[in-house]
Amino acid sequence: MATAAAEVQLKHEYAVKTLGVVKEYVMGKQTLQALKGVDVEIRAGEYISIMGPSGSGKSTLFNMIGGLDKPTRGKVYIDEVDISGLDAFELAWLRCRKIGYIFQTFNLIPVMTAIENVTLPMIFAGMTTQDAMDKGAELLQLVGLGERIRHKPLELSGGQQQRVACARALANDPAIILADEPTGNLDLRTGHEIIELLRHLNKEKGVTVISATHDLKMLDASDRIIWIRDGRVDKIERRDELDIAIGTVEGENEA
Amino acid sequence: MSLTARESAGIRRQIKLPNSEAVKIAVRSLKIRFWRSIITAAGIVLAIAFLTYVVTAGSIENAMRAEDAPMDLAAMQKAATRIWLIAISLLICVVGISNAMLMSVTERYREIGTMKCLGALDWFVVKLFLIEAAFQGIAGSLVGAVIGVFAAVLAGMSEYGFAVFGSMPWGTLFLNIILALLVGAVLSTLGAIYPARRAGRMPPADAMRTEV
Ligand SMILES: Nc1ncnc2c1ncn2[C@@H]1O[C@H](COP(=O)(O)OP(=O)(O)OP(=O)(O)O)[C@@H](O)[C@H]1O
Ligand SMILES: [Mg+2]
Repeated sequence: MATAAAEVQLKHEYAVKTLGVVKEYVMGKQTLQALKGVDVEIRAGEYISIMGPSGSGKSTLFNMIGGLDKPTRGKVYIDEVDISGLDAFELAWLRCRKIGYIFQTFNLIPVMTAIENVTLPMIFAGMTTQDAMDKGAELLQLVGLGERIRHKPLELSGGQQQRVACARALANDPAIILADEPTGNLDLRTGHEIIELLRHLNKEKGVTVISATHDLKMLDASDRIIWIRDGRVDKIERRDELDIAIGTVEGENEA
Repeated sequence: MSLTARESAGIRRQIKLPNSEAVKIAVRSLKIRFWRSIITAAGIVLAIAFLTYVVTAGSIENAMRAEDAPMDLAAMQKAATRIWLIAISLLICVVGISNAMLMSVTERYREIGTMKCLGALDWFVVKLFLIEAAFQGIAGSLVGAVIGVFAAVLAGMSEYGFAVFGSMPWGTLFLNIILALLVGAVLSTLGAIYPARRAGRMPPADAMRTEV
């Protein structure tokens, strides 16, 4: 019994773990190593920012962690499960229910209205249409788009689209939210609202948030910051260590 | 793998796309991309109209000839040309329709990648695009077949006058329409399955970055 309890605790200690993750892109004769062996451990309930210059491999790491692409070498564990061993169903289940994705380019489905975008993951998860519509409306309300549920993505502003994407990421109450530069295409204020929303989810619901970003405002919300440089983890800092790092933050600007 | 077999079976039941939802999504998507759907369908209409015209003109001519004379040399030559024409119009159908579908699915790789991020299985993608393609294929072929038959009857009239209606092989014309529908539906479905399957099997990250 005691061991079982310990096991349960162990199972939930790390929401995400990577072991020596290498990603190579082969283009003709050239091979580009976008990730050169990344080890990170992220506990359940943490708010993590991944920082680094453009081209350092943040999006690539995001794709690996989210099961959206396969590493060339190395392992990714979600809740201590090696995701390379998952079959198509399990992988779809992971993407559907365990992880919510937010992209810099929003990636809403253009032929669907806001509410249809938000309810799609719920339909995949087997929810009835009525339940999905109710929950979808609730989520859009939560992100402040209660009046715009019938609008198509192109009829919404960038900030509004990203809020729809946030609502969609929350559709099946994921344990992990992966956000790749969620504020990258937004103005300061809208960006701030998105960050507030993520922080709220993290604090109130215990959702693990992992967010790649250039946005210094993000640092304030994070528990830890993982600095990526040239496909490697440069350093990992806790927020209370942060003021020392501001100099480095300024240094990033040249990149 | 640390998932037990039971958990795994549970997961299997938990990811789904009911047929009713799939049809709804496909119809909505056709409606919203109305003009794009029309252009794709127009390709199908033209190809099928041509095929139906050639086949039907042949049927009408056969019917008219059966009335007066046995086959002479000129008629035999005409029949041979007709077979060529049918072969060519079939080829046009294969190339034209599969190209139209191929393009209309390929330009939506990003959408497919996004769906996979939201938990779609490969065959959800195939199913959605299959339904869309079937609708476009059937609607396009129906219009095309009707246009083709109409044109062939007009051509028959200009050649034989109103006498053409006396020996019109209505049964054969109906059969031609059914055949054209079948050809159109099968070709557009095949043309859609291939890119949808390809995109469905890609890792979502790759599908989302594919630009056409
Ligand atoms: N599909 C791909 N094919 C080839 N090279 C790629 C591919 N995806 C990424 N790369 C390369 O891998 C490196 C890391 O790219 P990545 O997109 O992960 O950077 P990033 O840190 O997210 O940058 P940004 O901040 O600009 O988004 C880059 O040099 C990029 O050119
Ligand atoms: Mg990036």
